[in-house]
Amino acid sequence: MSSIFGFSSAFLASAVEMVEALTIVLAAGVARGWRSALAGAAAAALALAVVVAALGPAITSIPLNALRLVVGGLLLTFGLQWLRKAILRASGHKSLHDEDAIFARELEHARADGAPVDHGIDAYGFVLAFKGVFLEGLEVAFIVLTFGSAQQSVPLAALGAAAAFVLVVAVGVALRAPLTRVPENAIKFAVGIMLTTFGTFWSTEGAGADWPGSDLALLALLAFVGGISAVFVVALRRGGALTRNVAAGG
Amino acid sequence: MRRLKAFGFFWWDFVVGDDWIAAVCVVAAIAATAAIASTNVPSWWLMPVAVSGTLYLTLRRALHS
Repeated sequence: MSSIFGFSSAFLASAVEMVEALTIVLAAGVARGWRSALAGAAAAALALAVVVAALGPAITSIPLNALRLVVGGLLLTFGLQWLRKAILRASGHKSLHDEDAIFARELEHARADGAPVDHGIDAYGFVLAFKGVFLEGLEVAFIVLTFGSAQQSVPLAALGAAAAFVLVVAVGVALRAPLTRVPENAIKFAVGIMLTTFGTFWSTEGAGADWPGSDLALLALLAFVGGISAVFVVALRRGGALTRNVAAGG
Repeated sequence: MRRLKAFGFFWWDFVVGDDWIAAVCVVAAIAATAAIASTNVPSWWLMPVAVSGTLYLTLRRALHS
């Protein structure tokens, strides 16, 4: 069961990060030329492969309990960041992630930096695509490595990320436009819940505690994290206690 | 030196993010869970409670800022 969760989490987290990377590569390609943008994206993919190849074996050689403690803590910290932003977006306290707006902004910045070079590699387009793919990809690599190693199944988590890569690139190539129809905000909410759930589960086990019901506790934990997130969204939408305290400076 | 600082800042921002309180709460909750677990008293309940509290705190801080 935790394998299905692990695969789904790696797939969803990778998909949203790849949608964001695709938007930046598209902006770089349209404004500065496809050669530079694709070269930047390919160089970033290579750099990510080096990072994963270097860190992967090191992480998997750590004893399982220590690994779950560290990985659980990191995933929980990461998950709480995703969840906070998702709750703020869902309750209207933070603007929704809009790929169209991001694409327009990146395009404007890229065009403002002078005319692209006609021959060879345009440095601005290369760096823009490289940064977009590397930074978004680093988050994917982090999630795949931590999920995979804590579940002792890096290939399964990598398969989830690879499936997301194939899907996003195929749709991106077909459309040649930002993937605005992807329910990105909803997916980010789901990923935040999953990262927080796994982070809580593994850090507790790593700290030496046992879950009642063993792996079945994951389902209860998933419902619990989803439930409190929904409560926070409703409370913030209604301007509940949380907002009133803030307004009063409390 | 500047590059080293930028490198450190990047990783801090990547892992801890824009609210360090959440990271501190996570570390404290893990330490408390480990301490209770070492006494043979069930301690699995502590992390879910800590997650709820941390989420409340970090949301309040985000709204306040």
